[in-house]
Amino acid sequence: MRGVHDLGGQPIDEEIDRAEHAQTFFEKRVDALMRLLSDPSRGVIRVDELRRGVETLPEKDYFGYSYYERWIHSIRLLLLEKGVVSEDELNRRIEGVRKRLAAESTR
Amino acid sequence: MSQSFAVAQRVRVRNDAPKGHCRTPHYLRGREGVIERAYGAFRNPEQLAYGADGLPKRELYWVRFEQGRLWPGYTGTATDTLVAEIYEHWLERAE
Amino acid sequence: MSGHPHDHHSDHDPHAPVEEVEGPPSEHVLLEIALRELLIEKGLFAAADVTRQIEIMDATTPEQGARLVAKFWTDPAYRQRALADGKAAAAELGIDMSVAPKLVILENTARLHHVVVCTLCSCYPRAVLGLPPAWYKSPAYRARTVKDSRGVLAEFGTSLPDDVEIRVVDSTADCRYLVVPVRPHGSEGMDEAALAGLVTRDTMIGVTLAREP
Repeated sequence: MRGVHDLGGQPIDEEIDRAEHAQTFFEKRVDALMRLLSDPSRGVIRVDELRRGVETLPEKDYFGYSYYERWIHSIRLLLLEKGVVSEDELNRRIEGVRKRLAAESTR
Repeated sequence: MSQSFAVAQRVRVRNDAPKGHCRTPHYLRGREGVIERAYGAFRNPEQLAYGADGLPKRELYWVRFEQGRLWPGYTGTATDTLVAEIYEHWLERAE
Repeated sequence: MSGHPHDHHSDHDPHAPVEEVEGPPSEHVLLEIALRELLIEKGLFAAADVTRQIEIMDATTPEQGARLVAKFWTDPAYRQRALADGKAAAAELGIDMSVAPKLVILENTARLHHVVVCTLCSCYPRAVLGLPPAWYKSPAYRARTVKDSRGVLAEFGTSLPDDVEIRVVDSTADCRYLVVPVRPHGSEGMDEAALAGLVTRDTMIGVTLAREP
């Protein structure tokens, strides 16, 4: 079976959107995170593993997410799989960050 | 299964459909081409993707395909080509 | 500001990234911040390492690749070395190739034109060109280039005669590719710095030709 990511020759016959986009803070931070995790001195995540994580996204997410959104979800999957972070501590941290940012924005 | 190929040799990409991660695009499976260049041996990404060491290394080849034979109704010219990196274990001899 | 270790740096960056959209942060943004904080607390790296990586990324631009092309055009011995080992040739110019994959230099001629795509993900010669443009990562470019290279090139304003072989390079595995365009007519007397100015990011992906001087 063809994977969701395997796009060569697929009938996506739309014009290519050639508009230039500056990288967002989010995109730069995800890229930096992956560079640090894949650096040979740490060797936490290999690029092959990152790709595998991206390829296992459900089709609606693969096409619904931006490029770096796919990456951060793959990084999440791999860090949980490897036991570097636990699902519980990650979920608690996400809620903590959400509350903190909401408080900062109303200050 | 491990075999080496020579530059200019005709090969066919195996028409396989493994479940896991691999680097052989679907549109090239079962297609015939010619070895353009031998890149040497690399760790196997099909194992690296699952945390294994990727050993033994696999020979990686640059394989050239004729566009007119890849795509029905190809609108370019007869000399247009496509090249892709394919691992040895995805290739078999073609006559 | 603790959640945004590089924001201060970006204030001084001429290529500063666009701001996040107004309103509450997306789930993706929250996930990134949460993971980064946890990894820093666990000692995998420091906040300063993230900043440093972003600085390196910001400093890696297509100008690196353009310097390589200009030297390739003007120095026959360098051209030979670059064709034999693109990574070593880039390193000669002071470009950091320490963690880069194998780099293959593709030389265009009057009869052969290369165009690079990655149909499986978005492999790109980041060490010499920086981060890929959005269109390179788009499903349309990844799907169409392999089967309709001439149609895709036409959208970039590039039209090549029928006696030029168009060779699509699908970057499927362990190599990254940099296209050296045909040196344009009228550039004979130019020095390397001026020649580099004729070479753009898109030229080195293979969707456009070098600028006429």
